[in-house]
Amino acid sequence: MTKLRPDLQIIADNIVPGSRVLDIGCGDGALMAALRDNKGCDARGLEIDPVNVASAVAKGLSVVQGDAGSDLATYPDDSFDYAILSQTLQTTHRPDIMLEQLLRIGKQAFVSFPNFAHWRVRMSLLFGGRMPVTRLLPQSWYDTPNIHHVTIDDFRALVRDGKLAQEGQWFLSGDKQTGRGIANLLAEHAVFLLRR
Amino acid sequence: MSEDARFGLDKHVRLLGPLPLDSGASLAPMEFAYETYGELNASKTNAILICHALTGDQYVASTHPITGKAGWWERMVGPGKPIDTERHFIICANVLGSCLGSSGPATINPATDEPWGMDFPVLTIADMVRAQAMLLDHLGITKLHAVIGGSMGGMQAVSWTALYPERVNSAVIIASAARHSAQNIAFHEVGRQAIMADPRWRSGAYYADDDPPSSGLAVARMAAHITYLSEAGLTEKFGRRLQDREAKTFGFDADFQVESYLRHQGISFVDRFDANSYLYITRAMDYFDLAEAHGGVLANAFKGSKTRFCLISFDTDWLYPTSESRTMVHALNAAGAEVSFMELSSPFGHDSFLLENPEMNRIVDGFLKAGEV
Repeated sequence: MTKLRPDLQIIADNIVPGSRVLDIGCGDGALMAALRDNKGCDARGLEIDPVNVASAVAKGLSVVQGDAGSDLATYPDDSFDYAILSQTLQTTHRPDIMLEQLLRIGKQAFVSFPNFAHWRVRMSLLFGGRMPVTRLLPQSWYDTPNIHHVTIDDFRALVRDGKLAQEGQWFLSGDKQTGRGIANLLAEHAVFLLRR
Repeated sequence: MSEDARFGLDKHVRLLGPLPLDSGASLAPMEFAYETYGELNASKTNAILICHALTGDQYVASTHPITGKAGWWERMVGPGKPIDTERHFIICANVLGSCLGSSGPATINPATDEPWGMDFPVLTIADMVRAQAMLLDHLGITKLHAVIGGSMGGMQAVSWTALYPERVNSAVIIASAARHSAQNIAFHEVGRQAIMADPRWRSGAYYADDDPPSSGLAVARMAAHITYLSEAGLTEKFGRRLQDREAKTFGFDADFQVESYLRHQGISFVDRFDANSYLYITRAMDYFDLAEAHGGVLANAFKGSKTRFCLISFDTDWLYPTSESRTMVHALNAAGAEVSFMELSSPFGHDSFLLENPEMNRIVDGFLKAGEV
């Protein structure tokens, strides 16, 4: 089995076997395949890129080509145990509405995103005076798909304001998990598990 | 299994029926012309039904007896192809109402010993599917690994999943729709009026003196053929180029290549198709609205469905545009059905599903194999 991206591995490790899962922005279906093969999950995917959809379908996965912004509305309430949005929140038009959709469709939601308050990003902006281009954020400000730069503390505030329950949080620095202490400064990536 | 006289190329069977039709009429007996490819396995779990389009036929992967051309979907069906004759047992039957050997307006009405003509009952897509189910009963196939179709074949495939959900493991629905749009009905009406306006149509009673309304049918085909292509495709293929001449003739010959092409399409079509069949099958397509049959809610057609669905559309298909496939996908999502969908890019409009498309092959191949483990 090919190795999953670290944030996806965290999600895969923390999903209850046999669950119904919707992976939004599922890419080529790597997480879905792992959940199907290792956890007996019924996994469905939504993906905008046609090449990725073709790869996923060719793996025997059920993936619909579509846009999360418009197509999530067609999924019924409570139709999945988990809705997953990995490294996509920061590219959506309205991340707050996206979270509502995730927790309407899924009983729980996994959300992973790059932390724009990581010290390397801060240093780059502070001393370089330019929008950061780092290993984690390799694109320039004008061609990045990231339109809502979110930090871990921002996300926590959104969860709090939306009166959502936080069931779990994991932080990554490089490919390794890192502690919760000053995660907003030290973590490159965050994974949250939310509940209504 | 290959010794079974029911299986093989160019098969024909008469089933007693009767088949109750949506119109209230019924049809008996029923003639079926069909072909099978590959071998049915001992557990009978590898059967795939291919449903053909409006003017298609059962010669999906064998030479057409009239045109001498290769089967219409040999790109997709054959040894090592996505629909694999070495792995699957494939059935394709001439659709009810057509003219390549299955019951239709040109076959004999047992009550009169004359061709049915316009006394043939008006059909629906569901009637065609129920007839196919009768044929499968005769062939001893209770469950399909997959039902697959493009265009009208896709309408039949999706109807299969609604009418016989327990008989269909997987459905592949390509360049199709869950209903015929006003525009689609409008184009069909042009075709029908072209046939009926041909004085040789004579209310459909033209079989006896072998003088069919070929001009009307050719015009119908020409008009329809435009809808199968795309503006970009036509421009790329023909542009404004002239046909075998240096200058315009200032007359009404086929000066332009595109005219010559369409005329050829029309003329060659009448050799292999019956005008009355064209009327009946286009009517059946026009009547098709799967939601209507389920209280106006398409998702109801798929409620509790255990079938796996794979839908494919093409970005230049304006006859069965992606939005129609998406409507089905959304209904399938609403019903919680297992569905994959993808819009493929191809310049060839609606006809794309019949043409070489490696992505389509890859998707269908992966989708079918996933259902086999």
